[in-house]
Order: sequence, then structure tokens, then C-alpha cells
Amino acid sequence: MQAKRQYPSKPDKVYFFGTCVIDLIYPDAGMAAIQLLEREGLEVIFPQDQSCCGQPAFNSGFPDEARKVAREQMRVFHRDYPIVVPSGSCAGMMRCHYPELFEGTELQAAAEKFGGRVFELTEFLTRVLQVKLEDFGAPMKVTWHSSCHALREMGVTEDSKSLLRQLKNVELVELQNEKECCGFGGTFSVKHPEISGSMARDKIDDIQATGAPVVISGDCACLLHITGAAEKLRRPLRGRHIAEFIWERTHD
Amino acid sequence: MIDQTAFNFKQNISKALGDRQLRANLKSAMDGLKAKRLNVFADDDELQQLRTLCNAIKKRALSRLPQLLEQLEEKCAQNGIQVHWAETTDAACRIVLDIMKQHGASRLLKGKSMVSEEMHLNQYLQKKGIEAIETDLGEFIIQLDGEPPSHIIVPAVHKNKDQIAKTFHEKIPGAPYTEVVEELNSIARKNLRQKFFEGQIGLSGVNFAVAETGTLCLVENEGNGRMCTTVPPVHIAVMGIEKVVERMEEIPPLLRLLTGSATGQLITTYVNMITSPRKPGEKDGPKEVHLVLLDNGRSKILADAELRQTLYCIRCGTCLNHCPVYTRLGGHAYGFVYPGPIGEILTPQIEGLDVAGELATASTLCNACEEVCPVMIPIPRLIRRMRTESYAKNSSGTVKGHGYKANFLESTAWTVWAKMNTIPWLNSLNSRMLGLLGGLLPKAGPLKAWMSVRSKPKFAAKSLHQRVKERGVNRE
Repeated sequence: MQAKRQYPSKPDKVYFFGTCVIDLIYPDAGMAAIQLLEREGLEVIFPQDQSCCGQPAFNSGFPDEARKVAREQMRVFHRDYPIVVPSGSCAGMMRCHYPELFEGTELQAAAEKFGGRVFELTEFLTRVLQVKLEDFGAPMKVTWHSSCHALREMGVTEDSKSLLRQLKNVELVELQNEKECCGFGGTFSVKHPEISGSMARDKIDDIQATGAPVVISGDCACLLHITGAAEKLRRPLRGRHIAEFIWERTHD
Repeated sequence: MIDQTAFNFKQNISKALGDRQLRANLKSAMDGLKAKRLNVFADDDELQQLRTLCNAIKKRALSRLPQLLEQLEEKCAQNGIQVHWAETTDAACRIVLDIMKQHGASRLLKGKSMVSEEMHLNQYLQKKGIEAIETDLGEFIIQLDGEPPSHIIVPAVHKNKDQIAKTFHEKIPGAPYTEVVEELNSIARKNLRQKFFEGQIGLSGVNFAVAETGTLCLVENEGNGRMCTTVPPVHIAVMGIEKVVERMEEIPPLLRLLTGSATGQLITTYVNMITSPRKPGEKDGPKEVHLVLLDNGRSKILADAELRQTLYCIRCGTCLNHCPVYTRLGGHAYGFVYPGPIGEILTPQIEGLDVAGELATASTLCNACEEVCPVMIPIPRLIRRMRTESYAKNSSGTVKGHGYKANFLESTAWTVWAKMNTIPWLNSLNSRMLGLLGGLLPKAGPLKAWMSVRSKPKFAAKSLHQRVKERGVNRE
């Protein structure tokens, strides 16, 4: 999946796809991501009619329903601007799976073209905008959790970590099993809560073994699952979306 | 023993997750196998080239499968190997039984073979009064305990040394209790060696069959495979029809990927290439060699262009080793012969979705299996296909037992979900309602399942849509 990608030069305008989890539960992360893009001099366009990428239905065995929702996003984000997505998983859906979803239909070419415009936020910040970050925050230790789709579909984990490494007061301690799934898995989390919970416990062990009080991730669904499980286990753990974490430390 | 008539996945999962020893045994074994694999594929460019090559070999072979099988049969016959065709596992078992009967044999010496597990051969023969003796060390151990394999390559991987010591001491007459690996090996060896000499019929699996030469390729590390295929006067090889490849030159890259992926070895201790029974003037080898070709649903899988990729599988088991679900459950929880990611797509196609479709729910779609599969099977994509077919209305499914969940409430839920996410005012209303009243949602259905292991999600008072509007961001 991790095909070597050609990156465009810096555009004037970008679309922002907020994702449904950020929309409903982590809007601060979405606002932070928009501000990071605006700070680089871009005009950010947030089409009001956007909703979800369609992945929940696609992965649960309901491709027809996923297609309806995907088609709606393709209609809403119709102009030729890059689409920046603050989630490796949703970006992976739109970039890698829309073409699969519309395979053999009249929308296949459009889906491929659409996928070509989709960028994960940290990928866009590093590869297209080549941002330089100045850290105003207090010294602290953090660890990083990569979603499986950021890692294995979008291949952007190094981009995310490179941003954290730019923060001079932040010490990034990597997980021992960084490549192992946290157990969220969309509807898997409610269809197999026992397995999902067991995976979360191992992830929490790994996170807490780093000694970092905060886990940063580019995917809010993983964070919701990991921090939710930690709270249930009474093992306090803070999760922050990378956009929010970076924005807080780098704006005046 | 696995009771397949009452496959209760949820119950199996709870039992497996509650077994700390199992988790520890699996973790240590899987971590070791993964590290060894990584070590033997240190050059990623070479690995990716090999994967592309072997994917093409399997793709090409399966596109000409009927011709290749006929060619294989013809070559085998020329070489003196008797070929038998079995459409079902029952037919395959009968073929083995008939050969045993012809020779008046009452004991079968078995090398490790997953197809024989698929046939439930041991149970079948037992009912006919024939004893099947497993000679692979792992299979030998689990046979003593009356268990099926928990992994397709390392069948006793769920047990640790101490548990094996206990089994040997209790189940092998006269065996002392010892936790020393060499001594345990020696007990098994002594026990098996005499049986090899007395054995009348040996049975093995087949890793690859070469159509152009009629050669059966079999890799193993213990020498028991070679014993089973050379010491008894009759050798029966059983294989799934998808194991045939066209040319001998395709074997080295396939073997490199198979042994590297399975056990992190450059080559196995024994590589057996079997092309004929003992020829006049030769001093060893079986006098008769039989090849049983098993279909058991494979032709049907072959007929579907997407599902056909399931048959690329060379049974290396690395998808199991890398699966975060398998490594927590072990193989027994999956209830059928093939566990883990490959089992999630193969088992429902063989047994029917109505029987084994739940297996396909046991994946987070993390793509770890796809990343390591040596023949590049898009396992997550095929898992999604199993899920889709589980809900498929009558005409739109092709997998046996499809649509077994077609009338589930879940279908209605997704219809509503699609409406919510395609009608902007409805979506907006929904997010406002959640922001205001989300905290009051009853602890039922999916939310109850969510909260069984996590705290309740806290919906934001204002959605991103609202925040963006307030900030005056261009909303088109």
C-alpha cells in the first residue's frame, strides 16, 4: 500500500475533512488542525455538508451503505483542492478504499482521482508544507501511538513522529510494540469487547512502561478506545491528538 | 476436543482470554517466530521482490489449475505414483481406508499434514478400528492429550515445556517426569522409533506438487516426514488441489518464502522431493506411493476471481503469528482446523458462512496479516467480503451459507446510519442532540458493549461543524 507518493507544491487553499469522531467527541483536535494549516498561510475550506468517510459500514459488511456515504463526500469535496484529514484511518479509507468501493462502476476513475487528493494531516504538514515548529511548551515526555491504517495504509507514521521530534522540549519515548493494533477496530470494539479490551490493556501497559503521562496519536478513535479503557481500569492516562498537542505548544 | 456441532465462538473467546498461561505461552512463541522471520528477511527489497514473484506463480498456477492437475496426474502415473481424486473429505478418508484395507494394515504412521486434519482422518480411522500415530513432535504431544492443533505450523504452541513434561509423564507408560528438553525429545524418539519399523503405511502432506515432473515436495525439520515417506512399504500423500505449481524452477523461491515466513529458516533440515516409488535395484523407499487430491470446496473458491486468492495460501502460518487476535486466543478458540486470519477467510468458505461466518468478525482489520503474507493475499479485503456476504440478500452472495445475518437488526441500523450521513440537516440534528443529550444515552446495545471495557464516551457540547461556523471558516 505504501506506494511512494508524489507531493504537490504548497497550494493556496485546502479542504478539511473533520472526521465524525472529531466532529462529535474531539472538536478541539479539529480546530487545532485547522489553525495549524491556516498558520502556514492556507485558506482552509470546511464544507458544511461533510459527514463520515464511510469506513464503519465498509468494514462491517455494508458496502452499499458505505458507497452512499462515500459518494456524498465525493460530491461535497468536488473542487480540485487537496483534502487534509486529521486521521490516518479515515484518510486510508478515502485514499485506498474509495477506488475499491467504486471498482467497476462509473465512479471508479473519479474515486481514484479523489483518493489522489487525500492527505493525512501530518503527512501534509511535513511533505507538502514542510512546517518548521517552534516549541514554547514546558519540558515533557510523551509517547506515540500509531493507528494501523496510518502505519500500514497511509505510511505516515514517520511524518507524525518527525513533527514531535521538532519540538525541542518534548522527549519522544517510543512504544515497544508500536506496530501492534490497540484493539479498537471500528465495530470490532463492540462486537468483541473482550478481545478489544485485552488488546487495550496490553497497549496501556506498553504506554505506561515508557513513563510518559501522555500518549499522542493521529487517530482519535484509537485514543477514545485506549483512554476509555484506561479510565475504566482506573489507570489514568491522557491521550491527545497530535494537532492539538502541537498547536498548544507552538502558538503565541 | 473441538465440538464442531456446537461452535460457540464467544464462549471459546472468554475461555481463551481467561487463560493466562495460554497467553504467556503464545506470546513467547509468537514473539520468537516473528523475530526469526524478520532476521531471515533482513533485506526488505529482496522480500518484496520474492513476494511479487510468488504471488505471480500462484496466480498463474491457479488460472490453469485444471490443466496443471491433469498434467500432474499424468506425470505421477508415468512415474508410478497412483493418483486418487476426492471431492469431499469423506471420499478422501475412504480412499485412505481402502488402501489400508488392501494391505491389511491396522496402523497409520502420520507425518504432519493439515489436509489430514481437514479430513478428520484420525477420528475416521479410529471408528474403523485403525490407529493413526502422529510422528511430528508437536502433533505427537497434542495427540497424547487428545487435542487438535492450535497452529498450522507449530501444533502444540499453546503448551510450554512444563505442560509437555506433565503430559509425557502421565500419558506415556514408563516415562519419567523431566523438564529437560533433550530428555523429552529422547522419550518421544524412543517411543516413535519402534513404531516406524513396525509401520506398514506412512502418510504425509504435500507442500508443493510440481506438474511438469510429477514431484511431491515436502519440507520438515524432524526427519519424521522422511521416515513416514520412506520406511513403510506404502506411502500415501494427501494434498489440497491448490498446492500444484507448474514448474520445478518455481519451487526455490516458494520454499524460501515458506520456510522464512513459517519458522524464520533459510532452509528446513529436510527437503523431500518425492517423484516415484522404489525403482528396481533401489535399496530403499516405499514400494507404493499414492497421491490423494482433495477438493473439499476449493473448486468453488477458485470460480470466484476475488475469493480465488484464498487459494494462494502456502500454509506458512505467519498471518497467525502476526495477528493481534490470534496471539491472544490461540487456535482452539477458532473452533475449526484453520485458525487465525487465513482461517477467517478459508473456514467460512469451506464450512459455510452459516456455520463458521462468525470467524470473520474476529479481526480489527489492522492489516498486519496482509503486510506479512508471503503470497500477498489481501486477507483484510477477503475478511470484509466474508462479512458482506454474511448479510447478503439472496441473490447477491456466492459463498455457501451467505445471508445468514440478512435479517439481523444490524442491517436496519446501517440503513439509518447511511441516511444520517448523507442528509446534512439530519446529521447536524444528530450531532446537536448528542452534544446536548449524549450523556443521557441508555447503557444498552453497542454502548453497553463499549462500556463493558471502557468508560462512556463524552460527546462535545459543540460539534466541529458548529465550532467551524462560529470561527467563520469558509464552509462553501
